[in-house]
Amino acid sequence: MALIKCPGYPEDTLRSLAERLPCRETQLATLLALMGQPDQYSYPSVFIYGHRATGKSHVVLSIMKDLELPHASVDCVECVSSGLLFHQVLSAFFGPDAAALLPRCPSLSDFVRLYKQMSSNSPATQTRYIILDRAERMRDMDFSLLPALLRLQELVNDNVTVILLSEIVWEKFRPNTGCFEPLLFHFPDYSKAELVQILSWDHHPSYTPELYASYINILLGVFFSVCRDLRELRHLAVLNFSKFCEPLEKGEAKESDIHKLWKNIEPHLQRAMQTVYLREVSSVQWEQQFFFSPLPVVLSAHAHIELPYYSKFLLIAAYLASFNPARTDRRFFLKSHGKIRKTNFLKKHEKTSNHLLGPKPFPLDRLMAIFYSVVDSRVAPTASIFSQISSLVTLQLLSQVGHDDQLDSPKYKCSVSLDFILAISRCVCVCVRLYRYQYYKFLNDTQPYI
Amino acid sequence: MTSSVSKGCFVFKSASKKRKRHIGVGGYLVDDSDENGCDRFTICQKLWETVQMNTEVIQDQLNKKVLDSLAEFIKKPGLACSSDVWRQRGSEIPTAALMLGVNVPDHAMTFRSLCNLLQDSVTPFVVSVHAKECAAVKLLIQKVLEQLMGRGVSVDEEQEDDTALLQKTQCTISALCQWYKTVTKERRRQENKCTQVSPKRKENLAKNDLPVVVIFKDFEAFNSQVLQDFILICSRYTQELPFVFIFGIATSPSAIQHRLPHSVSSLLCIEVFHSLSCTQHLASVFDKLILNSQFPFKLSSRVIQVLVGIFLYHDFSVQNFVKGLQFSMLEHFNSQPLSVLCCQKHEALLSAKILSKQNVERIRHLPSFMRYVETQEPQEQVRLLTNDEHVKEVCQKLLKNLHTYHKNYYPILQCLHSLTSSLPKFPLGKHIRELHVSCIEKNLWETEEYDSALQLLRILAKDELVAALRSCAEILKSANTKRMQNVLQQLEDFLGRLEALQGVSSEDSSGNGVVSAKMEYQRTDLFQLQKTLLEKESRRTKRMNPFEVLRSQVIDFIDSLVREYLTPAEFQPLNEVCYYSSSGVLRQRLNVTPRTSIQAALTHPFYYLKNESLKTNTGTISSAAPDLCIVYKLHLECGRLINLYDWLEAYVTVMSAAEDQDTNSEECGKFDSLKHARFIQAVSEMEFLGFVKSTKQKTDHVARLTWGVVILTERRWQLHRNWPVYGYLHCLL
Repeated sequence: MALIKCPGYPEDTLRSLAERLPCRETQLATLLALMGQPDQYSYPSVFIYGHRATGKSHVVLSIMKDLELPHASVDCVECVSSGLLFHQVLSAFFGPDAAALLPRCPSLSDFVRLYKQMSSNSPATQTRYIILDRAERMRDMDFSLLPALLRLQELVNDNVTVILLSEIVWEKFRPNTGCFEPLLFHFPDYSKAELVQILSWDHHPSYTPELYASYINILLGVFFSVCRDLRELRHLAVLNFSKFCEPLEKGEAKESDIHKLWKNIEPHLQRAMQTVYLREVSSVQWEQQFFFSPLPVVLSAHAHIELPYYSKFLLIAAYLASFNPARTDRRFFLKSHGKIRKTNFLKKHEKTSNHLLGPKPFPLDRLMAIFYSVVDSRVAPTASIFSQISSLVTLQLLSQVGHDDQLDSPKYKCSVSLDFILAISRCVCVCVRLYRYQYYKFLNDTQPYI
Repeated sequence: MTSSVSKGCFVFKSASKKRKRHIGVGGYLVDDSDENGCDRFTICQKLWETVQMNTEVIQDQLNKKVLDSLAEFIKKPGLACSSDVWRQRGSEIPTAALMLGVNVPDHAMTFRSLCNLLQDSVTPFVVSVHAKECAAVKLLIQKVLEQLMGRGVSVDEEQEDDTALLQKTQCTISALCQWYKTVTKERRRQENKCTQVSPKRKENLAKNDLPVVVIFKDFEAFNSQVLQDFILICSRYTQELPFVFIFGIATSPSAIQHRLPHSVSSLLCIEVFHSLSCTQHLASVFDKLILNSQFPFKLSSRVIQVLVGIFLYHDFSVQNFVKGLQFSMLEHFNSQPLSVLCCQKHEALLSAKILSKQNVERIRHLPSFMRYVETQEPQEQVRLLTNDEHVKEVCQKLLKNLHTYHKNYYPILQCLHSLTSSLPKFPLGKHIRELHVSCIEKNLWETEEYDSALQLLRILAKDELVAALRSCAEILKSANTKRMQNVLQQLEDFLGRLEALQGVSSEDSSGNGVVSAKMEYQRTDLFQLQKTLLEKESRRTKRMNPFEVLRSQVIDFIDSLVREYLTPAEFQPLNEVCYYSSSGVLRQRLNVTPRTSIQAALTHPFYYLKNESLKTNTGTISSAAPDLCIVYKLHLECGRLINLYDWLEAYVTVMSAAEDQDTNSEECGKFDSLKHARFIQAVSEMEFLGFVKSTKQKTDHVARLTWGVVILTERRWQLHRNWPVYGYLHCLL
């Protein structure tokens, strides 16, 4: 490991820092080089990007904390308004009293003015850092905020650097009007070897590090293809380790019997990938499954929803209205539809499946017309039927399209899958297939001489 | 104009009267010869109170299991931030997905009891949020803070100044974090001070901090972005602030996966809890309120069908079912003066003694009473028709009979249900309510379903029969009339005989086996074989084994019970006192059809306005009708697009036809500006009602809308969906 040297900072702190940040030595060195000595002016803004769990905030915050630099760390998700951001920055640098001076709905200039005022009282002896985590949220805030923060150093005339952390690239940030370009800095993904190295760090105190390392190797063998998120992998490693150690505890195997241990844990990990990784069962339930042998019911297992009788029909009608072209309604729902020419009915250019295109919006009257032809008994158009439509919308089984003209002609979309509809129609004995345009087209395509 | 039309559609007298009752009972009830209105009102109110109490008790009982397991889950999270340093699960927030079913109106009660339970037994920090109030993360956080810190303030006054200063800018979870720290510190200090605190509780406190529970009442309705942000923010603070989430989900657990991406759902530790299904809930409410002889108010078969139909076809809401029951109670006590007798037995007998002259006359006019009179001797008939005192006496006797009828009816009904509910294909219905409906509707034993059910019962195996009879005996034990005890004794007698049969039947079958074994050794001869087979056959039909004999006796016994006790309520004299039967009214009130009412108002204005001059033959258009009606009728004759000029001409023709028959044609062609204005106003009212819409396809044309009216009323309806039964009817006015 190359010893990181940086003038102005205590050497032993740097060494411990480098030890605590495995596989991020180069990034650490570059960052320290960028920062320069504590009292030197640094680059006004740095943009750090990389995938989730590549150690961006961890590295930056560790540097700040260990070297005891003045910094303000802000998570942009929390900043529902820019005022909160200003508040947090000011209170981190100048104490809560300074932040209290902010007016009720502070503007950017209020912030700059206050900052200037405060920094003239207590000028920076060291570079001050503002760290903005999840910076992509800034784009949704005031449009002038990001350009201003990028050149805050100039605006407030103080030794301050803004560090933006994000999962997406800078190109997606750049405002139309142009702005000061920050220094871009990429954190690459960890390689498999690096992951093994990092994960082996938190080995269990009562087992040897070698055993843990081999466990991590097995774990990555299963999960590396689907997940490279270090945090998630760590979580999974912790969850499944006790199962891995089970034969050891029982005395059935020794630490050296890696193959035996592998045989024991492999199916378990496969199952974990399908359940606990997808959060279909909670991690607590996953750990407890040794005591209650059958796994608790999986989240997605109950897709079935019990609905009132007419709601089912409404949903079926909505589905048909969403996926059948409107011109075929005559063919499907009129008793004496007369002769409709096949060429007219089955348009050749509709090559792509309606299901690939997704549901299409339909007006309420079309829904009601289809509903009345699907329901076999006579149904009065009562208010409860119509309130069921809005119930379905609140349950997110239908979705309302567009917001204008809601009173005159509301439009809806059906947002449930074919399987769901088939399950429902089986309950109420309606053969949805007979009404499906896609089904007719399929028949026609496969058997052209019928 | 418009408002008057819609008013005309929905006004009905009874509801407004009932609303007034709540304002001041006495004053409104003494009018128009309604001499015992007050009594009826008090009876009705008393009954309603019992209904309310019972439904609450049922709800509590049914929810107890799931709520308790939820409370356990919330107490547990000490596990998540476990003491074991090695396995820090870090920022996973424990989350309970509470499956509640699609009957959204019923959820409020469940959440209320959940909140109470949690606050009593787990933690004072419970927040419940509605999607409606939380359109943005800011509002959601604000809501959470308000509910939590507001509660803290009410507990101790010292902090009031601090929280009063709470500005919107400080409305963050970190502010909450600070608050939580001070509050828990305060609590700890108090706990330490108070030495008399139970040791168990102290231990609890020491172990882990009280969790902060956030209940999302309607998970599906939340904006998913808001939820995601909130979860992300909260997960940053899990170390300091032990959050627990509860998602109230109406559809299915997969809704969580649809709404939250993996990066967010990986921050949660989700467990699923199922509450009881609404059909089971309805069944228990039905058992308690309708299939109960203690509850004097009864519903006729049609009314039950309407109420259950609304439940099954429309909303799945038990709350609304109970509201429907309430409505029929009010309607019954309001419209039936004799309902003063609809109460517990001794009270009914008392009030039967002091019946007024009018009410005695009303009794004489009851169809069931008239039928009763017809069956009496001529002398008795004369007395019944002339002597008031005698009627009162007979009335008491009949009321007693009615009560005993009910007392015997329900146990036998339950017995029959328990016997037939296990039969294949459920010939008499799966649920007891179906059986009940068919019993009070007609003579059950005359139906085909009953015959097929009995036939199935006749081929029941012995152990099944014994088990079914045992459960019947169990049911009858709780019935405490003499006759039921008698029946129970007979039933137990049968059971004893069936059990005694055990040894005999086994012997018998073994004997048969011996015979057949013997036969096998004989030489087979075709003729002889035929003969023996025939013999065997005839023997079987002739001689049933003792079990079969006993079984047919049991079934005959049950049949006789059904014929004796499950007679339709209609045939009971004085049944009108207890039974509410106007299902038409109920349907009209609870299952309104706004479209038909508006169309009726526009085509037959007389129906609502009661003005003699508006009476017309169907098909003609009278000029005396309101402009809107004329315009409406004219537009019915048009196609999808209506030319405004043609429409105007037709309107003017109708108007001027009535004015004077002998005007010359030149004047007819001219429109005076008044008519023009009236026409335009009527058309704009049509547009407001949603019958026509301006269109860009053709100038000077409007488009007809088929479903327009419904949409408008539906929008209004949506606003008031959760109102009580009368509420929405008024809000439509």
